[in-house]
Amino acid sequence: MSPSLSIKDSLSERRLFGARASALFVIATVLLLGLVGRMIQLQILQHDAYHTRSEANRIQVQPLAPRRGLIYDRNGVLLADNRPMLSLALVRERIADLDALIAELDTLVAISEEDLQGFRERLKRRRRPFEAVALKLNLSAREIATLAVNRHRLPGVEISKQLVRHYPLGAVLAHAVGSVRRITEQDLRRLDPIRYTATRFVGKIGVERFYEQSLHGEVGYQRVETDAHGRIRQELEKKPAVAGQNVTLHLDSRLQIAAAAALGQRRGAIVALDTRSGGVLAMVSNPGYDPNLFVTGISSRQYQALVDSRDTPLFNRAINGQYAPGSTFKPIVGLAGLSLGMVNWEEQIEDLGWFKLPNQNRIYRDWSWRKDNSGGQGLVDLNRAIYRSSNVYFYNLVMRMDIDQLSGFAAQFGIGQRIAVDIPDTSPGLLPNRLWKQGAKGEVWYPGDSVNMGIGQGDLLVTPLQMASIAAVFANRGIRRRPRMLLSSDRPLVEVDPLPPLPPVEGPSADDWERMVDAMEDVVHRGKMGYRQNGVAWAHIGRNISYRMAGKSGTAQVVEIKQGEEYDEEELDEYSRKHAWFIAFAPADDPAIALAVLVENGGGGSSVAAPIAREVIDHFLLPQLAAR
Amino acid sequence: MSNQDFVRQLPQSASLGASAHLVRMHLDPLLLLTLLAIIGFGLVMLYSASGGKPGGEIPSIFTSQTVRMGLALIAMLVAAQLHPRFYQRWAPVIYVGGVVLLVLVLLVGVKVKGSQRWLDVPGLPRFQPSELMKLAVPMMLAWYFADRALPPRFKELGAALGIIAIPTALIVLQPDLGTGILIAGAGLSLIVLAGIYWRWIAYAFVAAAAAAPGLWFLLQDYQRERILTLFDPESDPLGAGWNIIQSTTAIGSGGLYGKGLFGGTQSHLEFLPEAQTDFIIAVIGEELGLVGVLALLSLYLIVLARGLYIAAQARYTFQRLLVGTLTLTFFVYVFVNIAMVSGLLPVVGVPLPLVSYGGTSAITLMAGFGIIMAVRTHRAW
Repeated sequence: MSPSLSIKDSLSERRLFGARASALFVIATVLLLGLVGRMIQLQILQHDAYHTRSEANRIQVQPLAPRRGLIYDRNGVLLADNRPMLSLALVRERIADLDALIAELDTLVAISEEDLQGFRERLKRRRRPFEAVALKLNLSAREIATLAVNRHRLPGVEISKQLVRHYPLGAVLAHAVGSVRRITEQDLRRLDPIRYTATRFVGKIGVERFYEQSLHGEVGYQRVETDAHGRIRQELEKKPAVAGQNVTLHLDSRLQIAAAAALGQRRGAIVALDTRSGGVLAMVSNPGYDPNLFVTGISSRQYQALVDSRDTPLFNRAINGQYAPGSTFKPIVGLAGLSLGMVNWEEQIEDLGWFKLPNQNRIYRDWSWRKDNSGGQGLVDLNRAIYRSSNVYFYNLVMRMDIDQLSGFAAQFGIGQRIAVDIPDTSPGLLPNRLWKQGAKGEVWYPGDSVNMGIGQGDLLVTPLQMASIAAVFANRGIRRRPRMLLSSDRPLVEVDPLPPLPPVEGPSADDWERMVDAMEDVVHRGKMGYRQNGVAWAHIGRNISYRMAGKSGTAQVVEIKQGEEYDEEELDEYSRKHAWFIAFAPADDPAIALAVLVENGGGGSSVAAPIAREVIDHFLLPQLAAR
Repeated sequence: MSNQDFVRQLPQSASLGASAHLVRMHLDPLLLLTLLAIIGFGLVMLYSASGGKPGGEIPSIFTSQTVRMGLALIAMLVAAQLHPRFYQRWAPVIYVGGVVLLVLVLLVGVKVKGSQRWLDVPGLPRFQPSELMKLAVPMMLAWYFADRALPPRFKELGAALGIIAIPTALIVLQPDLGTGILIAGAGLSLIVLAGIYWRWIAYAFVAAAAAAPGLWFLLQDYQRERILTLFDPESDPLGAGWNIIQSTTAIGSGGLYGKGLFGGTQSHLEFLPEAQTDFIIAVIGEELGLVGVLALLSLYLIVLARGLYIAAQARYTFQRLLVGTLTLTFFVYVFVNIAMVSGLLPVVGVPLPLVSYGGTSAITLMAGFGIIMAVRTHRAW
């Protein structure tokens, strides 16, 4: 470069400019080529990645939730339907300051700590971009209005509508129909992720659980083009969801309501079966709970109260409550004795009110026993042993039998087994025998065990469903039918996989069955015969009955009564009192309904449980009889 | 006038005649055609970017941009009629006036979106004095070097830097960093064209590199964020990184031939922000692909080459420096905009010249091209 000149040199300046302009042109061209290089990188080399990205921006596959199948009772009354629930949901992608927005929403519709906790959990789960995440469920009309007014200053806030399960009859059918629950993380591991992408609830209990597959339906989807704000611009492809199947149950909601009313505030269970089909007409477990709470959102305080309650409202006593059957077991022992040839209808035993095993001091009492060893039923045959519910008769009878023979016979009635067709999670009860005792307690079978079992006490356990089923076996004179919920459906259900029919009870002759039913009729109807001559339930339910009912009461001990002491209800706290049982069926000659009533800590079977059974059967039969 | 008449008037050659006609109107045919092509291209893309569909309702943005481009062409036409001598004579006045206006902006300007860039004079449309400085600064520098021996000496360099620094500082204070940098860049490129020693340029680069860490602390938080985002847009995909992720996605998904005009999903579904303004090149890349981008870049290259050619052909230092600088400034716009949208530079508010929606900058640019054409067509001093 030449030294700087003080006078202008036009030519050299021009040359200098030319050189500079050329240099800058070259630099500019190089920069431009750099841009071209960048474009080639983006548009050619990385095109596939960006194409994918652009399509992912644009196209959303949205699953379409199927409508859950409806559940009807035998008369077409809706037991479970779907209704729209409006929820407040947030689109995270459109919200700059989440905390500020939630604080703002809190002033409008009160967001609870639990709402927030649930929201945070849902937010963490995998979701599509721009998918709204529910913050507050089940908005009231007033809350909707408040939100609508303020909508313009709440970007990213949406009101989402979804169909949720609704149980119109609420608590009264909670244990009979079961219910759905919100899908949890554990459920997600078990459920088909594709089928359940759009589903928020899954059948967890009862019919809802057993027929989940059919009730759920098939998920659909739509491919839509959405813009940056998550708005759908056009639908590209749609496969509609297939609604779940509607099912009709044997349940009779009117009978169910009547049964629940008959039970009233008492803890207990009632199971009523259609003797001709095994269909469950009513299944009450009291106390119940409102299953709708689990759909619209239950607070942890409410939930804890349900769990902690000493009355265990979430516990389905009808299928999971296992109790000693008490005297309701006696007809089975009687039939066993007849079948095994250990006794006949004519033989009489003297009942003095107590029984002793040879070489033992322990006294086994009749219910009529007194401290002074008065009481007892006098001379009793099998018929009388049933209608008077003589303990001493059955103490004597059971000692003639091998316990494994008795257990083997009783097993034919379904004790210790799960025989229901479509009632999930039933408890099997317990039918003890020698092998069981050796395994469970490491002890041999003592004669005292047999004595207890002879009157349905000891280790023997049954559920109300099993007792109802046993009542139905007597009603059907040995023919057995599996208890079932489903009456019909529009189309065959995938879950219906017919279990083999149960064989009839073997052993008793047709005459034995008839005479046993007669004895059970005497329990209810034999009256005005004088001291120790009436059926034990007659005074309570047999005075003004217009149809023939066969029944058997039972009273199950909860705590052991010390030797030499009388059972005194007043002295025991409520939860230590005896359970009251009554099993029955009617009409005795052409049975339509069989049931079992259990009242926890209710006291006497005849005085407490029998009137409830009568009320339920009345409700079922009287209109039918009147119609005839 | 019919072709017949035209041939009668200029019997030698019709094409030569059309060209000569334009020259007589003080317009440069090649430059004019190229600019018209860019404007036309831009209007079509704007039509698409503002949500228009063929045969559909004409977007209001498109209509107002068309009007603005008409105004810009008029500005060019007017600027071309004035003799270069006029610009040289009035350069100091225009510059000083511009600086005064910039001071006024800071004192009584209108604040829009947090920066004070506009002047609202009753009876006149609202305008940005910083736009005027895009022409005034090169004019003033060209005027300053016009009668001095080149290459400039150190003292002159200092004076020139002062001329650049005053308006730049005032604009940065608004704050409008983008325009400030462009004006400073225009001034510096003029100094390079003036023949400053390469050695000094090298020193300046070293000094700038050394000062860079210090500058970092002078930047505002949002400006730092933009720079950091450049290196890792995924760090904040829904915030600062959103623009750049969506623009590169738009461009990249266009591929070689694009998704077709009006077929861009990134822009039409509003994933791409600022699609009509600063980020319109992404719409071009998406809808017309690499081919469309190359076509536009070629047009810009023609403008660059033609501008520098006109500059080199000019007889006087003032004209050479002014034309060369205006041309380079135009190119810097193009480069910075595309580099920014394609993720090579931080996001600064620089529109794509003659294509992005926005009035003032197009009018300033076309006035600049009017001056370039004036230099080309007004021969005598």
